[in-house]
Amino acid sequence: MYGKGILKGLSVTWKRFWDTYTEDISWMMRGKKRYNTDEGIRHRSSKDTKGIFTVQYPEEQLIVPEEFRYVPFLVYDEGADGKKEVRCTSCGICAKVCPPQCIWIVRSNDPATGRPVPVPTDFYIDMDICMNCGFCSEYCPFDAIKMDHDFDIASYQRNVYNLEKLMKPAAYYADIRPENYTREEEARKAKEAAKAAKAEASAAAAA
Amino acid sequence: MVTPLTATVDLVVRFPGIVTADVRPGYIGFIINKENLVEVATAIRDEFGFDLLTAVTAVDYIAENKMEVVYHAYKTTGGAGLVFRVQAERVDPIEVPSLIEIWPGVDFQEREAWDLYGIKFTGHPDLRRILMWEGFEGHPLRKDWKEPFFEEETKPFKSRWPDGQHTFAENKNPFRDNLNFPKDFDPEKYVVDKEEDLYASLERYTTKDVEGNMKTDHIVVNLGPHHPSTHGVLRVAVTMDGETIIGLKPVMGYLHRNHDKIGERNTYLQNIPYTDRLDYFNSMSNNFGYCTTVEKLMKIPVAERAEYIRVIMAELSRIQNHLIFIGMLMNDLGTMYTPSLYAFEERELILDIFEAVSGARMMCNYFRFGGVVRDIPDDVLQKIKGLVSERLPAKTDEMERFLNENEILVARLKGIHVLNAEDAIKYSVTGPVLRATGVPYDLRRADPYSIYDRFDFDVAVRQNGDMMDNYLIRFDEIRQSLRILEQALKQIPQGPINSQKAAYQVRVPAGEAYGRIESPKGELAFYVVSNGKPNPYRYHVRPASFVNLTAVESMCRGTKIADFVALLAMLDIVMGELDR
Ligand code: SF4
Ligand code: SF4
Repeated sequence: MYGKGILKGLSVTWKRFWDTYTEDISWMMRGKKRYNTDEGIRHRSSKDTKGIFTVQYPEEQLIVPEEFRYVPFLVYDEGADGKKEVRCTSCGICAKVCPPQCIWIVRSNDPATGRPVPVPTDFYIDMDICMNCGFCSEYCPFDAIKMDHDFDIASYQRNVYNLEKLMKPAAYYADIRPENYTREEEARKAKEAAKAAKAEASAAAAA
Repeated sequence: MVTPLTATVDLVVRFPGIVTADVRPGYIGFIINKENLVEVATAIRDEFGFDLLTAVTAVDYIAENKMEVVYHAYKTTGGAGLVFRVQAERVDPIEVPSLIEIWPGVDFQEREAWDLYGIKFTGHPDLRRILMWEGFEGHPLRKDWKEPFFEEETKPFKSRWPDGQHTFAENKNPFRDNLNFPKDFDPEKYVVDKEEDLYASLERYTTKDVEGNMKTDHIVVNLGPHHPSTHGVLRVAVTMDGETIIGLKPVMGYLHRNHDKIGERNTYLQNIPYTDRLDYFNSMSNNFGYCTTVEKLMKIPVAERAEYIRVIMAELSRIQNHLIFIGMLMNDLGTMYTPSLYAFEERELILDIFEAVSGARMMCNYFRFGGVVRDIPDDVLQKIKGLVSERLPAKTDEMERFLNENEILVARLKGIHVLNAEDAIKYSVTGPVLRATGVPYDLRRADPYSIYDRFDFDVAVRQNGDMMDNYLIRFDEIRQSLRILEQALKQIPQGPINSQKAAYQVRVPAGEAYGRIESPKGELAFYVVSNGKPNPYRYHVRPASFVNLTAVESMCRGTKIADFVALLAMLDIVMGELDR
């Protein structure tokens, strides 16, 4: 029969339409919210999702996985008197590895000796050029630069971030990437412990 | 099992005095006397059976004052390839005989080499620029050509550290020092290019009498830049006799950024995220191709677990690519958006996986030399299993139920000829389009790379080469990919995910490598030449879309204009890769 194929196809469309409402109703019956809740969004991006699928940005936002990467930021630790101690040592690795070469670092010099000191005087990232590749954070030996989760940065200006604008606290980093943070902290503690043990051993040997 | 680097063919014995073996360390293949190229190439095709010429590209050995053209030929029955090359003095005009009579598929690639290297292929009937605009001065891939924002020969640039004061590139006024104007250029007298060359390359317009009664004109219609159902910014100039296409030339390069040149400025590692931006639907496959090539050059193994992860990612990528192909084809045929959104739904779920492992949905940048950047978390592995064993098979069936018997669709697709096997091979077409003509040529079988020889799957082929077969073969391939995925997910071992230590500078010994993979769109290959420095000396992409498009004129000649957009869709082109 001519038109059978079309009808068969339409049955699929009809089923999808039907599913949308039955899903809504079944969530309602279970007293749960399908929209504007984390649970609802998670379900809509799981393999069991049925019916309507859209996430209504910006009212709803997709929940990004831990590894999600957007533009980079610099991590600082809270010092004793609330001073921001930036972790970056201005070693320059990130500037060298950056594929579009959008990182500019001014290394500090000791005014007395003229020797370089391990803090950046200034640090710029041209966010319009950054390709969000994540290499800077991957190859930074000091866990000083990390990729952000905040992707709503559209603006009318060009976005060249300087040191001030790039800095975010370690607590923020711990919050967006808890697993990475814990792993790195543990590695750091282990390293420090090993160093202390070594120092102790050499002190004992000297004595 | 890995096929050897070069086929065991001794051209030197067959052509004494004309062919010499290439003995430079790290190089393979043969150097052919320029004057005898056509003769030897004919023998390579007819006597030795290398019927598929996949890549033609050039290398500028400026220090030796030589320009080299490199050819890679393969057999459609599978197995290793043959590399042969000609060298010419680097003095303009550099002339090399064209091989267009032997392998018509070299058409666009020779034009590209002319455009970017300034090598004149004598005998090429239509040697115009292809990626750069017609008024462009110079040949940008030559080692002595510099871009307007030129800073340094290679990255990393010294201005970034330790005294990196931010500047905008355009503040170093591009109109000052290094913008090249043609000699005697006078802006006052500049006339806009009328593109006479383009129109002259089309079948001539003639006014003729049909049976002495009615006079018909051939008209030229420009499709695009843009519309051809917006696979990107492509333009096609078509000559028509009534509704019938009698000649056609694609015009491309609107998205050209000279990926090859950027790649030669970059370090080896920095190229990985750039490859994401080629075929932006399949960044995983692009990474795969590039990393395989560089690993070949570095002679390093890939960690066992990483091999499986790579295959899993590449096959997921193929599934979503084919789903989008189906959805977008429906858009081209006028079924606006419902099918394509159904396809996007599944794609979203696959992109969620990419995002969870790599951090980005499309620009994955996930592969590293020797492995991948990070492991798949267990919950993601579970999600992949769920998709592969339950959701995707069901949804593929649903898509088939939804579309395949639709009478309108069948009327539009069935019996509309795309290509036959002979033409497809002639034009170096690869991928699903070639397989739909009955040639079971799939690199995962024909020239296995990575660990594809461990999986049990069939090469999808169809026999008719019409649009319907081209459409249905994508479903077959999705099913085969699901089969591979199921096995890979079952077999994946525990272990490290990279055989190398993470390093931002890699050492690549001098030599050349041609690495090819079966990307969802066809053969994606990279040709990389190293001179031992931290940056590739030559970095060339052999994109499937670009080479497949060579066949478009022969595909469309004689068909109705209404089928054109659908025929173009069959080639599954993507501009990021086509224009590079
Ligand atoms: S790699 Fe890390 S420590 Fe070195 S300059 Fe960059 S951010 Fe600073
Ligand atoms: S994410 Fe990539 S492009 Fe962006 S600053 Fe870091 S290294 Fe550069």
